Amino acid sequence: MMRPQEWIAEKVFFLSAIFSVTITLTIFGFMVILGFPLIQKGHALSLLSKPWIPENGFYGIYPMIIGSLAISSLGVAIAFPISLGCASMISVLGPRPLNLIMRKGVELMTGIPTVIYGFVGIFLLVPIVRELFKQGSGLCVLSASLMLALLVSPTMILFFSDSFSQVPQSYLTAIEALGGSKVQKLYHIILPYTRKGLLIGTLLAFGRGLGDTLIALMLAGNAITVPGSLLDSARTLTSHIALVIAADYESLEFKSIFLCGMVLYLFTTLVIVGVRFIGIREDRRKA
Amino acid sequence: MNRLIEISTIAFCWLSAALLLGAIGIIFGYLFIKGFNTVSLMLIFGETPPIEAILFKRPVLEGLFPAILGTLALVVFSVSLAVPIGLSTGIYLAEYAPPRTKRIFNLFFDVLAGIPSIVIGLFGFSLALFLHKHYSKNIQPCLLISSLALAFLVLPYLIRTTQVTLENLPPSTRMTALALGATKLQNILFVLIPKSFSGIISGVILAIGRCAEDTAVIMLTGVVAMAGIPKSLLSKYEALPFYIYYISSQYKDTRELMTGYGASLILLFLCILLFSIAFFLKRQLTYLALYRA
Repeated sequence: MMRPQEWIAEKVFFLSAIFSVTITLTIFGFMVILGFPLIQKGHALSLLSKPWIPENGFYGIYPMIIGSLAISSLGVAIAFPISLGCASMISVLGPRPLNLIMRKGVELMTGIPTVIYGFVGIFLLVPIVRELFKQGSGLCVLSASLMLALLVSPTMILFFSDSFSQVPQSYLTAIEALGGSKVQKLYHIILPYTRKGLLIGTLLAFGRGLGDTLIALMLAGNAITVPGSLLDSARTLTSHIALVIAADYESLEFKSIFLCGMVLYLFTTLVIVGVRFIGIREDRRKA
Repeated sequence: MNRLIEISTIAFCWLSAALLLGAIGIIFGYLFIKGFNTVSLMLIFGETPPIEAILFKRPVLEGLFPAILGTLALVVFSVSLAVPIGLSTGIYLAEYAPPRTKRIFNLFFDVLAGIPSIVIGLFGFSLALFLHKHYSKNIQPCLLISSLALAFLVLPYLIRTTQVTLENLPPSTRMTALALGATKLQNILFVLIPKSFSGIISGVILAIGRCAEDTAVIMLTGVVAMAGIPKSLLSKYEALPFYIYYISSQYKDTRELMTGYGASLILLFLCILLFSIAFFLKRQLTYLALYRA
């Protein structure tokens, strides 16, 4: 026989969980409903591959998709080797006191607001890029990717070094007994063993880069064209939403931001599902 | 040959560590050098005497006071909206949910944690439009809508930290009270939650940090550059991170730009402080904190 308060508590907890799930779905629902007029008017797929020419009635978000992908993959590509190096330092190579300081430093980095990266980027990095390449205003794909690399590297470093520390101690002892050096340990045991962890960390960092607004908004220049080089200005899906929000609510231009929201939602969901899929296969292999 | 690989690997790792720490050092150093001199009571209160500003007797026209107050209001409202729901959901997942349900719910909360903050902001904005159209003409993007959207933003942190700390309790702690005849609810309320208190609190602090830091959500849901002190939940407001963004693009003279540096320094130290406390309370939080952009 269950007491009434037990029953009520369980229902309250259950309802909160249902509410949280509903929020997740409602967010996507809102994007679909509000973006619907645009999807209805043109073909959804063609909107994703068309350029943005409002005068001709083209509201394709292709340039923004490319901008988003370019800036975040470049950011992750810059951050990956550095993060791998730092994680190896923390977990294997470096001297102990330095490792502790580095780990604390990286944890601290997760707390830096993105608007700060943007602010320092505008007044410090952008002038340097402008002087260095003598071309354009310095607001470009390169500046945004460099700052984004700084934003996503703690994700990767902490994730990498956590998965490095999951390598079974017996493997490490074995290679030490064979007279292997630290670098050999890294190349022959740790890196092969943690391949999946490296992939997951990189995917998460990519998702994080894709979803960031402020850095690209403040540093990438926001031109609605497909960037042709590192020094071209570009606009991401996220900055497009932030910039168009002030437009007339009934216009098709305004509706396009819901399409951007939808694409972003789907991209990040794909990343998360990918991460979980890899993680589950990993668990099975170990079991 | 092997020797060469060995040396270059070690050199590369040292170099990347130096590069990263150097970059962070430059960011901190730059803000500190530029902003340190501007941080004063003058920066926060402008020409108004601080006591009168705090007692709301006189408005602060030039200082950061309204922005700081706006950020504070956002944090208080959104965290108090999110905490009850987040904690109950975490408790449900850890203690009640059957395995299948738990797997599905976990996936949903991972997705929720991964949604970019600007999309949540857009959701908040469309919610305001919807309410404006169908319920009351008084509702427009405002403090209430922002707090609601921010609450959704930090919900997954609260759920996860609660769930994970509860699940990590050793079975002996879990069983003792039950063996003594306590009911499931009594066990949760009087044993399990007090035992996982530090974990739950660190989740709440992370949530506070996220609310204080986030710019993308509030940009779409009612923050403005000049509003003064927020008068009600339905009014526009100012906030620290938005002020920094606004100054970076709209500053008129060096003096205004300098207040931007000062504001950045204040926000940076506030967030670093909150995140350090959260990490100090609970080490295993790291990757929970990192999902979100």
